[in-house]
Amino acid sequence: MRSDRSNRSPLALKIAAAAGLAFLHLPILLIFVYAFTTEDKSYQWPPPGFTIKWLGVTWNRPDVWEALWLSVRVAGIATLIAIVLGTLCAAAVSRWKFFGHETISLLVILPIALPGIITGIALRSAFNLADMPFSFWTIVLGHATFCIVVVYNNAVARFRRTSGSLIEASMDLGADGFQTFRYVILPNIGTALLAGGMLAFALSFDEVIVTTFTAGQQATLPIWMLEELVRPRQRPVTNVVAMVVVLVTFLPILAAYYLTRDGDHVAGHGK
Amino acid sequence: MSVPQTAILPGRGGAAGTAADLFWRNPKVLLALLLIPPLLWLGIIYLGSLFALLAQSFFSIDEFSGLVKYELTLKTYRELLNPANLDIIARTVLMAAAVTIAAAIVAFPVAYYAARYARGRWKALFYLGIMLPLWSSYLVKVYAWKLILAKEGILNWVFEKLHLTWLLEAYLSAPVIGGNSLSVSYTGTFLVFLYVWLPFMILPVQAALERVPGNLVEASADLGATPAQTFRNVLLPLAMPGVVAGSIFTFSLTLGDYIIPQIIGSSRLFIGQAVYAHQGTAGNIPLAAAFTVVPVVIMGFYLWGAKRLGAFNAL
Repeated sequence: MRSDRSNRSPLALKIAAAAGLAFLHLPILLIFVYAFTTEDKSYQWPPPGFTIKWLGVTWNRPDVWEALWLSVRVAGIATLIAIVLGTLCAAAVSRWKFFGHETISLLVILPIALPGIITGIALRSAFNLADMPFSFWTIVLGHATFCIVVVYNNAVARFRRTSGSLIEASMDLGADGFQTFRYVILPNIGTALLAGGMLAFALSFDEVIVTTFTAGQQATLPIWMLEELVRPRQRPVTNVVAMVVVLVTFLPILAAYYLTRDGDHVAGHGK
Repeated sequence: MSVPQTAILPGRGGAAGTAADLFWRNPKVLLALLLIPPLLWLGIIYLGSLFALLAQSFFSIDEFSGLVKYELTLKTYRELLNPANLDIIARTVLMAAAVTIAAAIVAFPVAYYAARYARGRWKALFYLGIMLPLWSSYLVKVYAWKLILAKEGILNWVFEKLHLTWLLEAYLSAPVIGGNSLSVSYTGTFLVFLYVWLPFMILPVQAALERVPGNLVEASADLGATPAQTFRNVLLPLAMPGVVAGSIFTFSLTLGDYIIPQIIGSSRLFIGQAVYAHQGTAGNIPLAAAFTVVPVVIMGFYLWGAKRLGAFNAL
Protein backbone atom coordinates (compact mmCIF):
# COMPACT_ATOMS: atom_id res chain seq x y z
CA MET A 1 0.00 0.00 0.00
CA ARG A 2 1.26 3.46 -0.88
CA SER A 3 0.83 6.21 1.59
CA ASP A 4 -0.33 8.75 -0.98
CA ARG A 5 -3.59 6.87 -1.15
CA SER A 6 -4.52 8.22 2.24
CA ASN A 7 -4.87 11.73 0.85
CA ARG A 8 -8.02 10.75 -0.97
CA SER A 9 -11.13 10.06 0.98
CA PRO A 10 -13.44 7.15 0.21
CA LEU A 11 -16.65 8.17 -1.52
CA ALA A 12 -18.86 6.67 1.18
CA LEU A 13 -17.13 8.82 3.81
CA LYS A 14 -17.61 11.94 1.68
CA ILE A 15 -21.31 11.22 1.32
CA ALA A 16 -21.77 10.49 5.02
CA ALA A 17 -19.91 13.67 6.03
CA ALA A 18 -21.86 15.79 3.55
CA ALA A 19 -25.12 14.26 4.74
CA GLY A 20 -24.20 15.03 8.34
CA LEU A 21 -23.45 18.67 7.53
CA ALA A 22 -26.66 18.95 5.47
CA PHE A 23 -28.61 17.57 8.42
CA LEU A 24 -27.11 20.33 10.57
CA HIS A 25 -27.85 23.18 8.17
CA LEU A 26 -31.04 22.50 6.20
CA PRO A 27 -33.43 23.06 9.13
CA ILE A 28 -31.93 26.51 9.76
CA LEU A 29 -32.19 27.42 6.08
CA LEU A 30 -35.84 26.44 6.19
CA ILE A 31 -36.44 29.25 8.70
CA PHE A 32 -35.40 31.77 6.06
CA VAL A 33 -37.95 30.43 3.58
CA TYR A 34 -40.79 30.47 6.10
CA ALA A 35 -40.12 34.09 7.05
CA PHE A 36 -41.37 35.13 3.62
CA THR A 37 -44.35 32.83 3.16
CA THR A 38 -47.81 34.27 2.50
CA GLU A 39 -49.45 31.49 4.52
CA ASP A 40 -50.31 32.68 8.03
CA LYS A 41 -52.51 29.93 9.50
CA SER A 42 -50.37 26.81 9.16
CA TYR A 43 -46.84 25.61 8.39
CA GLN A 44 -47.76 24.67 4.82
CA TRP A 45 -44.98 23.46 2.53
CA PRO A 46 -44.27 24.44 -0.18
CA PRO A 47 -45.21 28.04 0.63
CA PRO A 48 -48.13 29.19 -1.54
CA GLY A 49 -46.39 32.48 -2.25
CA PHE A 50 -43.76 34.88 -1.02
CA THR A 51 -44.15 38.30 0.57
CA ILE A 52 -42.11 40.75 2.63
CA LYS A 53 -45.24 42.03 4.39
CA TRP A 54 -44.39 40.24 7.65
CA LEU A 55 -41.11 42.10 8.05
CA GLY A 56 -43.10 45.32 8.33
CA VAL A 57 -45.71 43.77 10.62
CA THR A 58 -42.98 42.53 12.97
CA TRP A 59 -41.23 45.89 12.86
CA ASN A 60 -44.36 47.56 14.24
CA ARG A 61 -44.83 45.15 17.12
CA PRO A 62 -44.01 46.82 20.47
CA ASP A 63 -43.94 43.50 22.40
CA VAL A 64 -41.20 42.14 20.11
CA TRP A 65 -39.14 45.30 20.52
CA GLU A 66 -39.57 45.23 24.28
CA ALA A 67 -38.43 41.61 24.48
CA LEU A 68 -35.49 42.30 22.18
CA TRP A 69 -34.40 45.33 24.20
CA LEU A 70 -34.62 43.38 27.47
CA SER A 71 -32.56 40.54 25.99
CA VAL A 72 -29.90 42.94 24.75
CA ARG A 73 -29.64 44.69 28.13
CA VAL A 74 -29.47 41.41 30.05
CA ALA A 75 -26.88 39.95 27.69
CA GLY A 76 -24.81 43.13 27.79
CA ILE A 77 -24.58 43.36 31.56
CA ALA A 78 -24.18 39.61 32.06
CA THR A 79 -21.34 39.67 29.52
CA LEU A 80 -19.56 42.51 31.33
CA ILE A 81 -19.76 40.66 34.66
CA ALA A 82 -18.61 37.44 33.01
CA ILE A 83 -15.64 39.16 31.34
CA VAL A 84 -14.41 40.59 34.65
CA LEU A 85 -14.90 37.43 36.72
CA GLY A 86 -13.79 35.03 33.97
CA THR A 87 -10.58 36.95 33.30
CA LEU A 88 -9.67 37.20 36.99
CA CYS A 89 -10.20 33.48 37.40
CA ALA A 90 -8.27 32.62 34.21
CA ALA A 91 -5.34 34.85 35.24
CA ALA A 92 -5.09 33.18 38.63
CA VAL A 93 -5.43 29.63 37.33
CA SER A 94 -3.00 29.97 34.44
CA ARG A 95 -0.23 31.79 36.32
CA TRP A 96 -0.03 29.90 39.58
CA LYS A 97 -0.31 26.36 40.73
CA PHE A 98 -2.05 26.33 44.07
CA PHE A 99 -4.16 24.17 46.30
CA GLY A 100 -7.60 23.63 44.77
CA HIS A 101 -6.40 24.51 41.27
CA GLU A 102 -8.44 21.73 39.62
CA THR A 103 -11.46 22.44 41.78
CA ILE A 104 -11.71 25.98 40.47
CA SER A 105 -11.81 24.83 36.84
CA LEU A 106 -14.54 22.39 37.83
CA LEU A 107 -16.49 25.06 39.69
CA VAL A 108 -16.42 27.38 36.69
CA ILE A 109 -17.57 24.67 34.29
CA LEU A 110 -20.26 23.29 36.60
CA PRO A 111 -23.02 25.81 35.71
CA ILE A 112 -23.09 24.61 32.13
CA ALA A 113 -22.10 21.00 32.79
CA LEU A 114 -25.16 20.44 34.96
CA PRO A 115 -28.47 20.52 33.09
CA GLY A 116 -29.87 24.06 32.85
CA ILE A 117 -33.01 23.08 34.66
CA ILE A 118 -30.99 22.35 37.81
CA THR A 119 -29.25 25.73 37.72
CA GLY A 120 -32.61 27.35 37.05
CA ILE A 121 -34.61 25.72 39.81
CA ALA A 122 -31.74 26.08 42.29
CA LEU A 123 -31.56 29.83 41.66
CA ARG A 124 -35.34 30.17 41.77
CA SER A 125 -35.68 28.44 45.11
CA ALA A 126 -32.73 30.43 46.47
CA PHE A 127 -34.39 33.71 45.39
CA ASN A 128 -37.58 32.55 47.07
CA LEU A 129 -35.74 31.64 50.26
CA ALA A 130 -33.98 35.00 50.27
CA ASP A 131 -37.28 36.81 49.56
CA MET A 132 -35.81 38.40 46.47
CA PRO A 133 -38.48 39.54 44.01
CA PHE A 134 -37.90 38.45 40.43
CA SER A 135 -36.59 41.32 38.36
CA PHE A 136 -34.18 42.32 35.65
CA TRP A 137 -31.33 41.65 38.07
CA THR A 138 -32.34 38.09 38.92
CA ILE A 139 -32.16 37.30 35.19
CA VAL A 140 -28.70 38.91 34.97
CA LEU A 141 -27.52 36.99 38.03
CA GLY A 142 -28.38 33.66 36.44
CA HIS A 143 -26.96 34.54 33.03
CA ALA A 144 -23.65 35.89 34.34
CA THR A 145 -23.13 32.65 36.29
CA PHE A 146 -23.08 30.40 33.24
CA CYS A 147 -21.41 32.98 30.96
CA ILE A 148 -18.24 33.06 33.09
CA VAL A 149 -17.06 29.75 31.68
CA VAL A 150 -17.05 30.95 28.07
CA VAL A 151 -14.83 33.93 28.83
CA TYR A 152 -12.73 31.77 31.15
CA ASN A 153 -12.11 29.12 28.46
CA ASN A 154 -11.00 31.69 25.91
CA ALA A 155 -8.84 33.61 28.37
CA VAL A 156 -7.13 30.49 29.77
CA ALA A 157 -6.24 29.32 26.27
CA ARG A 158 -4.74 32.71 25.43
CA PHE A 159 -2.85 32.97 28.72
CA ARG A 160 -1.30 29.59 28.01
CA ARG A 161 -0.05 30.79 24.64
CA THR A 162 1.23 34.07 26.06
CA SER A 163 4.75 33.47 27.24
CA GLY A 164 5.43 34.27 30.88
CA SER A 165 8.82 35.69 29.95
CA LEU A 166 7.05 38.67 28.33
CA ILE A 167 5.65 39.61 31.70
CA GLU A 168 9.01 39.05 33.40
CA ALA A 169 10.77 41.15 30.77
CA SER A 170 8.32 43.98 31.33
CA MET A 171 8.91 43.80 35.08
CA ASP A 172 12.68 43.65 34.61
CA LEU A 173 12.51 46.80 32.51
CA GLY A 174 10.96 48.60 35.41
CA ALA A 175 7.23 48.49 34.71
CA ASP A 176 5.06 47.94 37.75
CA GLY A 177 2.24 45.40 37.85
CA PHE A 178 -0.38 47.82 36.57
CA GLN A 179 1.78 49.06 33.72
CA THR A 180 2.57 45.48 32.75
CA PHE A 181 -1.13 44.70 32.74
CA ARG A 182 -1.97 47.76 30.68
CA TYR A 183 0.82 47.56 28.10
CA VAL A 184 1.75 43.87 27.92
CA ILE A 185 -0.99 41.59 29.19
CA LEU A 186 -4.06 43.42 27.93
CA PRO A 187 -2.88 43.78 24.30
CA ASN A 188 -2.04 40.07 24.34
CA ILE A 189 -5.34 38.79 25.68
CA GLY A 190 -7.58 41.54 24.24
CA THR A 191 -8.89 39.64 21.24
CA ALA A 192 -9.48 36.51 23.31
CA LEU A 193 -11.56 38.54 25.77
CA LEU A 194 -13.47 40.13 22.94
CA ALA A 195 -14.16 36.71 21.43
CA GLY A 196 -15.17 35.27 24.79
CA GLY A 197 -17.39 38.26 25.40
CA MET A 198 -19.13 37.84 22.08
CA LEU A 199 -19.78 34.16 22.71
CA ALA A 200 -21.04 34.99 26.20
CA PHE A 201 -23.36 37.56 24.65
CA ALA A 202 -24.65 35.00 22.16
CA LEU A 203 -25.12 32.44 24.93
CA SER A 204 -27.03 34.84 27.16
CA PHE A 205 -29.06 36.31 24.30
CA ASP A 206 -30.29 32.82 23.46
CA GLU A 207 -30.74 31.32 26.92
CA VAL A 208 -34.21 30.14 27.78
CA ILE A 209 -34.14 27.30 30.32
CA VAL A 210 -32.57 29.16 33.23
CA THR A 211 -34.45 32.32 32.27
CA THR A 212 -37.87 30.68 32.61
CA PHE A 213 -37.01 30.17 36.27
CA THR A 214 -35.35 33.47 37.10
CA ALA A 215 -37.60 35.89 35.18
CA GLY A 216 -40.74 37.26 36.74
CA GLN A 217 -43.25 38.91 34.45
CA GLN A 218 -40.70 40.15 31.95
CA ALA A 219 -40.17 38.30 28.70
CA THR A 220 -36.78 38.13 27.04
CA LEU A 221 -36.83 37.35 23.35
CA PRO A 222 -36.37 33.58 23.88
CA ILE A 223 -39.19 33.57 26.44
CA TRP A 224 -41.39 35.39 23.93
CA MET A 225 -40.52 32.73 21.35
CA LEU A 226 -41.15 29.90 23.77
CA GLU A 227 -44.66 31.19 24.42
CA GLU A 228 -45.28 31.29 20.69
CA LEU A 229 -43.94 27.76 20.35
CA VAL A 230 -46.19 26.35 23.04
CA ARG A 231 -49.27 28.30 21.95
CA PRO A 232 -48.77 29.57 18.39
CA ARG A 233 -50.77 32.75 17.88
CA GLN A 234 -48.86 34.84 15.38
CA ARG A 235 -46.99 32.36 13.22
CA PRO A 236 -45.73 34.87 10.60
CA VAL A 237 -44.31 37.19 13.26
CA THR A 238 -42.63 34.22 14.96
CA ASN A 239 -41.10 33.18 11.63
CA VAL A 240 -39.57 36.62 11.12
CA VAL A 241 -38.33 36.80 14.72
CA ALA A 242 -36.70 33.37 14.32
CA MET A 243 -34.90 34.55 11.20
CA VAL A 244 -33.68 37.72 12.90
CA VAL A 245 -32.43 35.72 15.90
CA VAL A 246 -30.43 33.43 13.59
CA LEU A 247 -28.85 36.44 11.88
CA VAL A 248 -28.13 38.25 15.16
CA THR A 249 -26.39 35.24 16.73
CA PHE A 250 -24.36 34.40 13.60
CA LEU A 251 -22.53 37.72 13.60
CA PRO A 252 -20.82 37.47 17.04
CA ILE A 253 -19.93 33.82 16.36
CA LEU A 254 -18.30 34.65 13.04
CA ALA A 255 -16.49 37.58 14.67
CA ALA A 256 -15.31 35.40 17.56
CA TYR A 257 -14.03 32.85 15.07
CA TYR A 258 -11.97 35.40 13.16
CA LEU A 259 -10.59 36.85 16.40
CA THR A 260 -9.29 33.53 17.73
CA ARG A 261 -8.58 31.44 14.64
CA ASP A 262 -4.79 31.81 14.84
CA GLY A 263 -3.85 28.85 16.95
CA ASP A 264 -6.39 28.33 19.68
CA HIS A 265 -9.64 26.93 18.46
CA VAL A 266 -11.36 26.87 21.80
CA ALA A 267 -13.99 29.43 21.05
CA GLY A 268 -16.95 27.14 21.28
CA HIS A 269 -15.77 24.22 23.31
CA GLY A 270 -18.46 23.23 25.67
CA LYS A 271 -21.30 25.68 25.29
CA MET B 1 31.00 62.35 43.58
CA SER B 2 27.73 60.99 42.48
CA VAL B 3 25.45 59.14 44.79
CA PRO B 4 26.17 55.41 44.51
CA GLN B 5 23.36 53.68 42.66
CA THR B 6 21.81 50.90 44.60
CA ALA B 7 20.17 47.90 43.07
CA ILE B 8 17.23 48.36 45.32
CA LEU B 9 15.02 51.19 44.18
CA PRO B 10 12.91 53.17 46.60
CA GLY B 11 9.21 52.33 46.79
CA ARG B 12 7.11 53.77 44.02
CA GLY B 13 4.87 55.81 46.28
CA GLY B 14 1.20 56.56 45.72
CA ALA B 15 -1.62 54.13 46.26
CA ALA B 16 -1.18 52.35 42.94
CA GLY B 17 2.57 52.18 43.36
CA THR B 18 2.31 50.76 46.85
CA ALA B 19 -0.15 48.17 45.66
CA ALA B 20 2.09 47.24 42.72
CA ASP B 21 5.05 46.82 45.06
CA LEU B 22 3.00 44.73 47.43
CA PHE B 23 1.87 42.41 44.62
CA TRP B 24 5.44 42.06 43.42
CA ARG B 25 6.82 41.20 46.83
CA ASN B 26 3.90 39.05 47.82
CA PRO B 27 2.22 37.38 44.83
CA LYS B 28 -0.15 35.52 47.13
CA VAL B 29 -1.98 38.79 47.85
CA LEU B 30 -2.51 39.31 44.14
CA LEU B 31 -3.60 35.70 43.71
CA ALA B 32 -6.13 36.10 46.49
CA LEU B 33 -7.44 39.35 45.03
CA LEU B 34 -7.82 37.71 41.63
CA LEU B 35 -9.62 34.69 43.00
CA ILE B 36 -11.92 36.22 45.59
CA PRO B 37 -14.48 37.92 43.29
CA PRO B 38 -15.16 34.91 41.03
CA LEU B 39 -15.11 32.49 43.96
CA LEU B 40 -17.52 34.63 45.94
CA TRP B 41 -19.87 34.82 42.98
CA LEU B 42 -19.76 31.12 42.10
CA GLY B 43 -19.50 29.94 45.68
CA ILE B 44 -22.33 31.99 47.13
CA ILE B 45 -24.75 32.45 44.28
CA TYR B 46 -24.26 29.16 42.50
CA LEU B 47 -23.10 26.56 45.00
CA GLY B 48 -25.24 28.17 47.71
CA SER B 49 -28.33 27.79 45.55
CA LEU B 50 -27.43 24.22 44.65
CA PHE B 51 -27.00 23.18 48.29
CA ALA B 52 -30.19 24.98 49.29
CA LEU B 53 -31.99 23.01 46.61
CA LEU B 54 -30.43 19.75 47.72
CA ALA B 55 -31.41 20.46 51.30
CA GLN B 56 -35.02 21.01 50.31
CA SER B 57 -35.24 17.51 48.90
CA PHE B 58 -34.97 16.25 52.49
CA PHE B 59 -38.08 18.18 53.49
CA SER B 60 -41.53 17.01 52.59
CA ILE B 61 -44.86 18.49 51.67
CA ASP B 62 -47.87 18.30 53.91
CA GLU B 63 -50.70 16.55 52.03
CA PHE B 64 -53.43 18.55 53.69
CA SER B 65 -52.12 22.10 53.69
CA GLY B 66 -49.86 21.76 50.63
CA LEU B 67 -47.16 23.63 52.51
CA VAL B 68 -43.56 22.55 52.88
CA LYS B 69 -42.79 20.98 56.28
CA TYR B 70 -39.29 21.90 57.37
CA GLU B 71 -38.35 18.60 59.04
CA LEU B 72 -35.65 16.28 57.81
CA THR B 73 -37.26 13.21 56.28
CA LEU B 74 -36.72 10.71 53.48
CA LYS B 75 -40.42 10.70 52.65
CA THR B 76 -39.90 12.70 49.46
CA TYR B 77 -37.37 10.18 48.21
CA ARG B 78 -39.84 7.35 48.87
CA GLU B 79 -42.33 9.29 46.79
CA LEU B 80 -39.71 9.72 44.07
CA LEU B 81 -39.33 5.96 43.80
CA ASN B 82 -42.97 5.17 43.09
CA PRO B 83 -43.65 3.35 39.79
CA ALA B 84 -44.96 6.38 37.87
CA ASN B 85 -41.83 8.39 38.67
CA LEU B 86 -39.52 5.45 37.96
CA ASP B 87 -41.24 5.23 34.59
CA ILE B 88 -40.34 8.86 33.89
CA ILE B 89 -36.72 8.25 34.90
CA ALA B 90 -36.42 5.10 32.76
CA ARG B 91 -37.98 6.84 29.76
CA THR B 92 -35.56 9.77 30.03
CA VAL B 93 -32.49 7.59 30.46
CA LEU B 94 -33.45 5.40 27.48
CA MET B 95 -34.02 8.47 25.33
CA ALA B 96 -30.66 9.92 26.42
CA ALA B 97 -28.92 6.63 25.58
CA ALA B 98 -30.60 6.38 22.17
CA VAL B 99 -29.75 9.99 21.33
CA THR B 100 -26.14 9.48 22.43
CA ILE B 101 -25.63 6.36 20.31
CA ALA B 102 -27.25 7.92 17.25
CA ALA B 103 -25.23 11.11 17.69
CA ALA B 104 -21.98 9.09 17.82
CA ILE B 105 -22.89 7.28 14.60
CA VAL B 106 -23.88 10.44 12.69
CA ALA B 107 -21.00 12.50 14.10
CA PHE B 108 -18.20 10.05 13.32
CA PRO B 109 -17.98 10.47 9.53
CA VAL B 110 -18.24 14.27 9.79
CA ALA B 111 -15.55 14.40 12.47
CA TYR B 112 -13.37 11.89 10.62
CA TYR B 113 -13.53 13.80 7.37
CA ALA B 114 -12.90 17.12 9.11
CA ALA B 115 -9.93 15.70 11.05
CA ARG B 116 -8.18 13.66 8.36
CA TYR B 117 -9.07 14.97 4.91
CA ALA B 118 -10.23 18.57 5.18
CA ARG B 119 -7.37 21.01 4.63
CA GLY B 120 -7.00 24.78 4.49
CA ARG B 121 -10.14 26.49 3.32
CA TRP B 122 -12.21 23.31 3.70
CA LYS B 123 -11.03 22.83 7.23
CA ALA B 124 -12.22 26.34 8.16
CA LEU B 125 -15.51 25.68 6.38
CA PHE B 126 -16.03 22.45 8.31
CA TYR B 127 -15.20 24.16 11.56
CA LEU B 128 -17.69 26.96 10.95
CA GLY B 129 -20.16 24.42 9.59
CA ILE B 130 -20.16 22.74 13.00
CA MET B 131 -19.81 25.90 15.07
CA LEU B 132 -22.70 27.86 13.57
CA PRO B 133 -25.37 25.22 14.27
CA LEU B 134 -23.86 24.66 17.72
CA TRP B 135 -24.20 28.31 18.65
CA SER B 136 -27.35 29.27 16.79
CA SER B 137 -30.44 29.70 18.88
CA TYR B 138 -31.73 26.61 20.62
CA LEU B 139 -35.35 27.70 20.32
CA VAL B 140 -35.01 28.54 16.66
CA LYS B 141 -33.65 25.06 16.06
CA VAL B 142 -36.59 23.51 17.88
CA TYR B 143 -38.93 25.81 15.97
CA ALA B 144 -37.39 24.70 12.67
CA TRP B 145 -38.22 21.09 13.54
CA LYS B 146 -41.75 22.06 14.41
CA LEU B 147 -42.02 23.39 10.85
CA ILE B 148 -40.42 20.25 9.42
CA LEU B 149 -42.49 17.72 11.34
CA ALA B 150 -45.83 19.52 11.03
CA LYS B 151 -48.59 17.59 9.24
CA GLU B 152 -48.59 20.07 6.36
CA GLY B 153 -44.80 20.47 6.64
CA ILE B 154 -41.88 19.59 4.41
CA LEU B 155 -41.23 16.03 5.58
CA ASN B 156 -44.73 14.78 4.84
CA TRP B 157 -44.54 16.61 1.52
CA VAL B 158 -41.31 14.80 0.61
CA PHE B 159 -42.80 11.42 1.51
CA GLU B 160 -45.85 12.25 -0.61
CA LYS B 161 -43.78 13.30 -3.63
CA LEU B 162 -41.78 10.08 -3.38
CA HIS B 163 -45.05 8.11 -3.10
CA LEU B 164 -43.84 6.73 0.21
CA THR B 165 -46.63 8.01 2.45
CA TRP B 166 -47.61 4.39 3.12
CA LEU B 167 -44.13 3.77 4.53
CA LEU B 168 -44.44 6.69 6.92
CA GLU B 169 -47.89 5.53 8.00
CA ALA B 170 -46.66 2.00 8.58
CA TYR B 171 -43.84 3.42 10.70
CA LEU B 172 -46.19 5.62 12.72
CA SER B 173 -48.51 2.72 13.45
CA ALA B 174 -45.64 0.87 15.14
CA PRO B 175 -45.89 0.73 18.93
CA VAL B 176 -43.75 2.99 21.16
CA ILE B 177 -41.84 4.80 18.39
CA GLY B 178 -45.00 5.72 16.46
CA GLY B 179 -47.91 8.02 17.19
CA ASN B 180 -50.58 10.08 15.52
CA SER B 181 -47.99 12.08 13.62
CA LEU B 182 -44.24 12.54 13.79
CA SER B 183 -44.53 15.72 15.84
CA VAL B 184 -46.28 13.91 18.69
CA SER B 185 -44.18 10.73 18.66
CA TYR B 186 -41.02 9.66 20.46
CA THR B 187 -39.36 9.56 17.04
CA GLY B 188 -39.97 13.28 16.67
CA THR B 189 -38.54 14.01 20.11
CA PHE B 190 -35.56 11.80 19.31
CA LEU B 191 -34.87 13.56 16.00
CA VAL B 192 -34.92 17.01 17.58
CA PHE B 193 -32.67 15.92 20.45
CA LEU B 194 -30.26 14.36 17.96
CA TYR B 195 -30.26 17.51 15.85
CA VAL B 196 -29.78 19.95 18.69
CA TRP B 197 -26.97 18.06 20.48
CA LEU B 198 -25.11 16.64 17.45
CA PRO B 199 -22.42 19.39 17.29
CA PHE B 200 -21.51 18.64 20.92
CA MET B 201 -20.56 15.13 19.78
CA ILE B 202 -18.72 16.12 16.60
CA LEU B 203 -16.23 18.49 18.25
CA PRO B 204 -14.61 16.13 20.81
CA VAL B 205 -14.58 13.22 18.35
CA GLN B 206 -12.83 15.44 15.83
CA ALA B 207 -10.33 16.55 18.47
CA ALA B 208 -9.58 12.92 19.36
CA LEU B 209 -9.21 11.87 15.72
CA GLU B 210 -6.89 14.78 15.01
CA ARG B 211 -4.51 13.38 17.60
CA VAL B 212 -4.28 9.99 15.86
CA PRO B 213 -0.99 10.03 13.91
CA GLY B 214 -1.55 9.31 10.23
CA ASN B 215 1.31 6.83 10.13
CA LEU B 216 -0.53 4.54 12.56
CA VAL B 217 -3.26 4.12 9.98
CA GLU B 218 -0.66 3.57 7.26
CA ALA B 219 1.23 1.07 9.39
CA SER B 220 -1.95 -0.86 9.96
CA ALA B 221 -2.56 -0.97 6.20
CA ASP B 222 1.06 -1.95 5.53
CA LEU B 223 0.68 -4.84 7.90
CA GLY B 224 -2.15 -6.12 5.75
CA ALA B 225 -5.25 -4.90 7.54
CA THR B 226 -8.25 -4.10 5.40
CA PRO B 227 -9.75 -0.62 5.87
CA ALA B 228 -12.51 -2.18 7.98
CA GLN B 229 -9.97 -3.89 10.23
CA THR B 230 -7.95 -0.69 10.57
CA PHE B 231 -11.09 1.14 11.54
CA ARG B 232 -12.09 -1.42 14.15
CA ASN B 233 -8.69 -2.13 15.67
CA VAL B 234 -6.84 1.17 15.33
CA LEU B 235 -9.08 4.17 14.75
CA LEU B 236 -12.05 3.28 16.88
CA PRO B 237 -10.11 2.52 20.10
CA LEU B 238 -8.12 5.73 19.70
CA ALA B 239 -11.23 7.80 18.99
CA MET B 240 -13.17 6.29 21.87
CA PRO B 241 -12.15 8.88 24.50
CA GLY B 242 -13.53 11.56 22.17
CA VAL B 243 -16.79 9.68 21.73
CA VAL B 244 -17.12 9.29 25.49
CA ALA B 245 -16.37 12.99 26.00
CA GLY B 246 -19.05 13.91 23.48
CA SER B 247 -21.49 11.50 25.04
CA ILE B 248 -21.17 13.36 28.35
CA PHE B 249 -22.74 16.39 26.67
CA THR B 250 -25.41 14.56 24.67
CA PHE B 251 -26.40 12.41 27.64
CA SER B 252 -26.45 15.17 30.23
CA LEU B 253 -28.23 17.68 28.01
CA THR B 254 -30.93 15.16 27.09
CA LEU B 255 -31.44 14.20 30.74
CA GLY B 256 -32.14 17.77 31.80
CA ASP B 257 -34.10 19.17 28.88
CA TYR B 258 -37.76 19.95 29.36
CA ILE B 259 -38.56 22.18 26.40
CA ILE B 260 -38.05 19.80 23.48
CA PRO B 261 -40.34 17.01 24.77
CA GLN B 262 -42.91 19.64 25.68
CA ILE B 263 -43.03 21.10 22.17
CA ILE B 264 -42.39 18.01 20.08
CA GLY B 265 -43.38 14.72 21.58
CA SER B 266 -46.08 12.66 23.18
CA SER B 267 -47.64 13.92 26.38
CA ARG B 268 -45.66 11.44 28.50
CA LEU B 269 -43.27 13.26 30.82
CA PHE B 270 -39.49 13.40 30.90
CA ILE B 271 -37.46 14.21 34.03
CA GLY B 272 -37.14 17.89 33.14
CA GLN B 273 -40.87 18.26 32.60
CA ALA B 274 -41.59 16.49 35.88
CA VAL B 275 -39.29 18.91 37.73
CA TYR B 276 -40.93 21.86 36.03
CA ALA B 277 -44.43 20.63 36.81
CA HIS B 278 -43.66 19.87 40.47
CA GLN B 279 -42.02 23.23 41.19
CA GLY B 280 -44.56 25.25 39.21
CA THR B 281 -48.24 24.45 39.37
CA ALA B 282 -47.98 21.76 42.04
CA GLY B 283 -45.72 23.87 44.26
CA ASN B 284 -44.04 20.70 45.51
CA ILE B 285 -40.48 22.02 45.72
CA PRO B 286 -39.16 19.06 47.77
CA LEU B 287 -40.20 16.52 45.13
CA ALA B 288 -38.89 18.76 42.33
CA ALA B 289 -35.59 19.01 44.22
CA ALA B 290 -35.47 15.24 44.67
CA PHE B 291 -36.10 14.84 40.93
CA THR B 292 -33.15 17.08 40.08
CA VAL B 293 -30.94 14.83 42.18
CA VAL B 294 -31.62 11.99 39.70
CA PRO B 295 -29.74 13.48 36.72
CA VAL B 296 -26.97 14.68 39.05
CA VAL B 297 -26.46 11.17 40.43
CA ILE B 298 -26.66 9.57 36.98
CA MET B 299 -24.17 12.08 35.59
CA GLY B 300 -21.93 11.52 38.61
CA PHE B 301 -21.65 7.83 37.77
CA TYR B 302 -21.32 8.64 34.10
CA LEU B 303 -18.47 11.08 34.70
CA TRP B 304 -16.73 8.64 37.00
CA GLY B 305 -16.88 5.98 34.29
CA ALA B 306 -15.80 8.46 31.63
CA LYS B 307 -12.82 9.51 33.69
CA ARG B 308 -11.69 5.92 33.91
CA LEU B 309 -11.89 5.70 30.11
CA GLY B 310 -9.68 8.77 29.82
CA ALA B 311 -12.36 10.97 28.28
CA PHE B 312 -11.30 14.17 30.02
CA ASN B 313 -8.07 14.38 28.07
CA ALA B 314 -10.16 14.62 24.90
CA LEU B 315 -12.28 17.55 26.03
